[in-house]
Amino acid sequence: MVRRVNRHEDEVVRRQRERARLMAWLLGAFVVLLFLITIAKIGLNR
Amino acid sequence: MTTTTITATLPADWRDLLALTKPRVMSLVVFTGLCGMLVAPVVPPLVLGFTAILSIALGAGAAGALNQWYEADLDAKMRRTANRPLPAGRMDRQTALHFGVGLAAFSVILMDLAANHLAALLLAASILFYVFVYTVWLKRRTPHNIVIGGAAGAFPPLIGWVAATGEFAPLPLILFAIIFLWTPPHFWALSLFVRSDYAAAKVPMLPVTAGIAATRRQIFLYSLPMAVAAIAPWPLGLAGPLYGATAAALSAAFLVMAGLVLANPATEPSQMRPEKRLFGFSVIYLFALFAALVGDRWFGA
Repeated sequence: MVRRVNRHEDEVVRRQRERARLMAWLLGAFVVLLFLITIAKIGLNR
Repeated sequence: MTTTTITATLPADWRDLLALTKPRVMSLVVFTGLCGMLVAPVVPPLVLGFTAILSIALGAGAAGALNQWYEADLDAKMRRTANRPLPAGRMDRQTALHFGVGLAAFSVILMDLAANHLAALLLAASILFYVFVYTVWLKRRTPHNIVIGGAAGAFPPLIGWVAATGEFAPLPLILFAIIFLWTPPHFWALSLFVRSDYAAAKVPMLPVTAGIAATRRQIFLYSLPMAVAAIAPWPLGLAGPLYGATAAALSAAFLVMAGLVLANPATEPSQMRPEKRLFGFSVIYLFALFAALVGDRWFGA
């Protein structure tokens, strides 16, 4: 039973890390996208 | 402690979050939205066009997630959907709700940033229509659920066009009408051979409430105005002969297949080959029709 709970906790940590890493990548991509949108909008208004 | 309880208490896997967005439905939405943008007289800068299409994809994903959040009980009763993340117990409902609402808000804000207020408004309207009008209001109440609810899936080419131009025009409205009229024959063909699933879940799809023969008649009847709408851009001068010829050939094939469905007397799903063929072809039909429109706009005479 103890081993089973440990395995469960390991899986929780693994999934949390995986999601945190994915979220970091997505946020990074969003920042780059916002930057590119700004540049393109400035170009349109010129 | 059971395995299900352990699974449900785990944080959702990103693959299940992705499955919540119905990626296959999203591909058709993205494609028709992209075509709506590509046939517009104004082509936006690449990054703005890309972001607008991304917003449409995220909006469709949000609508799919909220649909699965609301319909988890129905999905559990149908073989076709029982393995989705919520009915299979791989995710709790609150995660799906937060994910869907967050994604919907994000997609609308992103569209507003990249395109214009009207495109963002249309995207918000399409998400709200799919969730509240189709999923919450119509689906469990009336066999017309697909007829009216189909409007939600018809928005993407209109949004794509408006994202590029900032205004409405006859052509994107016809594209809206094509998808609106295409949805009932497409879904009713599917619902004929998964009728027992809908009956088990007590979803009032047409084959369950009106019977198989009536559904076959309706498939054929809806295919007629759909074919007219599909060909209409050509005689109206909104598309060239390349599109006109392709639309006429594709629509003729669609009508022949709908006719074969009408003539099929079978009541067992195993004998419903014409229905399965029409369902498969209907997806190709829409892809090919929109691709022909883009081809005509960019490479036509």
